[in-house]
Amino acid sequence: MNLHEYQGKVLFAEYNLPVSKGKVIFSADEVIDACNEIGGSKWVVKAQVHAGGRGKSGGVELISSPEDGIKFAEKWIGKNLVTYQTDSKGQPVNSILVEECTNIAKELYLSAVIDRESQKIVFIGSSEGGVNIEDVAKNMPEKIIYQGVVFGDDSLSDDASNIAQVLKLNDSQTKQFIPMIDNLLRLFVEKDLSLLEINPLVITENGDLLCLDAKVNIDSNALFRQPELEEMYDESQEDPQEAEAARNDLSYVSLDGNIGCMVNGAGLAMGTMDTIKFYGGNPANFLDVGGTATQERVAKAFKIILEDPDVKVVLVNIFGGIVRCDLIAEGIIAAIKEVEVKIPVVVRLEGNSADKGSKILSKADIKIESINDLANAAKKAVDFAK
Amino acid sequence: MSILVNKDTRLIVQGFTGSQGTLHSEQSIDYGTNIVGGVTPGKGGTEHLGQPVFNSVKEAVDKLDPNASIIFVPAKFCKESIIESAEAGVKLIVCITEGIPTLDMLEVKKRIDDLGVRLIGPNCPGVITPGEAKLGIMPGNIHKPGSIGIISRSGTLTYEAVKQTTDLGFGQSSCVGIGGDPIPGSSFIDMLKLFEDDDQTEAIVLVGEIGGTAEEAAAEYIKNNVTKPVISYIAGQTAPAGKRMGHAGAIIAGGKGTAKDKIKKLEECGVHIADNLVSIGSKVAEVLDR
Repeated sequence: MNLHEYQGKVLFAEYNLPVSKGKVIFSADEVIDACNEIGGSKWVVKAQVHAGGRGKSGGVELISSPEDGIKFAEKWIGKNLVTYQTDSKGQPVNSILVEECTNIAKELYLSAVIDRESQKIVFIGSSEGGVNIEDVAKNMPEKIIYQGVVFGDDSLSDDASNIAQVLKLNDSQTKQFIPMIDNLLRLFVEKDLSLLEINPLVITENGDLLCLDAKVNIDSNALFRQPELEEMYDESQEDPQEAEAARNDLSYVSLDGNIGCMVNGAGLAMGTMDTIKFYGGNPANFLDVGGTATQERVAKAFKIILEDPDVKVVLVNIFGGIVRCDLIAEGIIAAIKEVEVKIPVVVRLEGNSADKGSKILSKADIKIESINDLANAAKKAVDFAK
Repeated sequence: MSILVNKDTRLIVQGFTGSQGTLHSEQSIDYGTNIVGGVTPGKGGTEHLGQPVFNSVKEAVDKLDPNASIIFVPAKFCKESIIESAEAGVKLIVCITEGIPTLDMLEVKKRIDDLGVRLIGPNCPGVITPGEAKLGIMPGNIHKPGSIGIISRSGTLTYEAVKQTTDLGFGQSSCVGIGGDPIPGSSFIDMLKLFEDDDQTEAIVLVGEIGGTAEEAAAEYIKNNVTKPVISYIAGQTAPAGKRMGHAGAIIAGGKGTAKDKIKKLEECGVHIADNLVSIGSKVAEVLDR
């Protein structure tokens, strides 16, 4: 689960990390109060969306009067912001972060992730900030440090000093930086983060460190123990079909092809997409309907798949493990009737009682292509999609 | 021979009396697995499926001397359950549960490594040695005792590989689902070592998917250490970057973990690639020249 910058900065402040004075607003009416509260004569207004690249797309502006802030808010609130990280529709802007203006001397990069290889939390730091870190990794790998850390370990301040060196911090900045790493790690562990990125971390003209941006992802599996973070979930930033699927406990990712897929098991769902591609078709989605594939779940899955107007055929691929395919077949038939599916449906059943299942499908009073061989089922779906 | 489990496995079930624990314990017993008892806190002293129930793994270990445990408890309790089992002296733990927080797994992994305990999973179908013991949720009937060792990050994809190798008459020595999480208890490499040393295993099928670099590491290991033929299928060639494909670990992040890179690396290291899900079995036949 992703947080907005303003939500991330609330967490940062809670952990004594240096952030700009700011206020989030949800309508243009609030701009004047926000500017007055922050004080000063210049402010930065930042559209809040779950995507990077906002600055280059007009989603961040420096303003010298609250009136300019009102114009910015009126321009963006309720609209979609398209950046190089979003799709062509962009992400809806529902809120704007108004912040005091910072005079920047230098931009740095700092992030933390759970590294799968070393099985540790790893901080990534670079003296090159405000740019795409993947480009730095590719073109100037010597300017990046990957520092594995262990929560509660005595060596943490040494680890932090190592990072500070690569960031080329002076002594007084390093003194600020060492407790910062400690606080970031505490935040990471206590709030169950999966990613934390500050790009840029800046050195101000006064020589102090400041977290100018905050990207925070939370491990969805840990939300049960982070109720206050779960409340920060902003469904408007998700693909509507994916959000609907998530509400129904289905795993769905929309793609740009025209063959709808309904599969039990995440691996097999990916494998099915690949098989469609192998035979010249294009999958419209990834969908894991889960191990049980009951009528209710299958019906929900059909509804979600059919919301995509591009879908011309649905390929259902179920490997019956513990659950019998004859029961699944009955569920599929009932679900097709319930949802009134009008496009062709190809069903491949394999595993437990697969033969019985296909007999039930072929005798059904609605048209279903029942093909137990996955290759042939995929080819058939590709034909229908042409 | 086989790996990890066999007819001498004495299994306890953690979360024995819950609905999942009950369903899959029944299926495992039907398959011939020797379940000697189970653990459900608060239900100690009772019987379930004809076997004794204990309040803690420690008590179960003292009374039953098991050599393996399988875990069906909800994700939020798994960290404690796995560590409890490891500290009680169980040397092989299979955790089926999906959805354990990643930071919990970092802690678990460190603890089990310190204790020298083998953990399979979490978020996996388990381990089976066909005809001997089934520790997991896989359908027993598609398996057949034989010569192919199967390792996979995915449940239903393992079943595909099993079905295809059964249909072609090869059968399996053992099948291990290492799970779809970013921090698994055991890696491909851990299992490759065991299959390489296992006399019954003639060839190894490695089923991978997008995300992380476990397949790349396995490829490097195979090149230097595995003499048996390895056949691999990698799922997710059509998966977009940055999107989690069901499994917590199945995500292409920062340009890392694409199916293309994995296949390239595996090929470079001498692994035989099945380029289509439906051709895993036929690739095995081709490699073994049968």
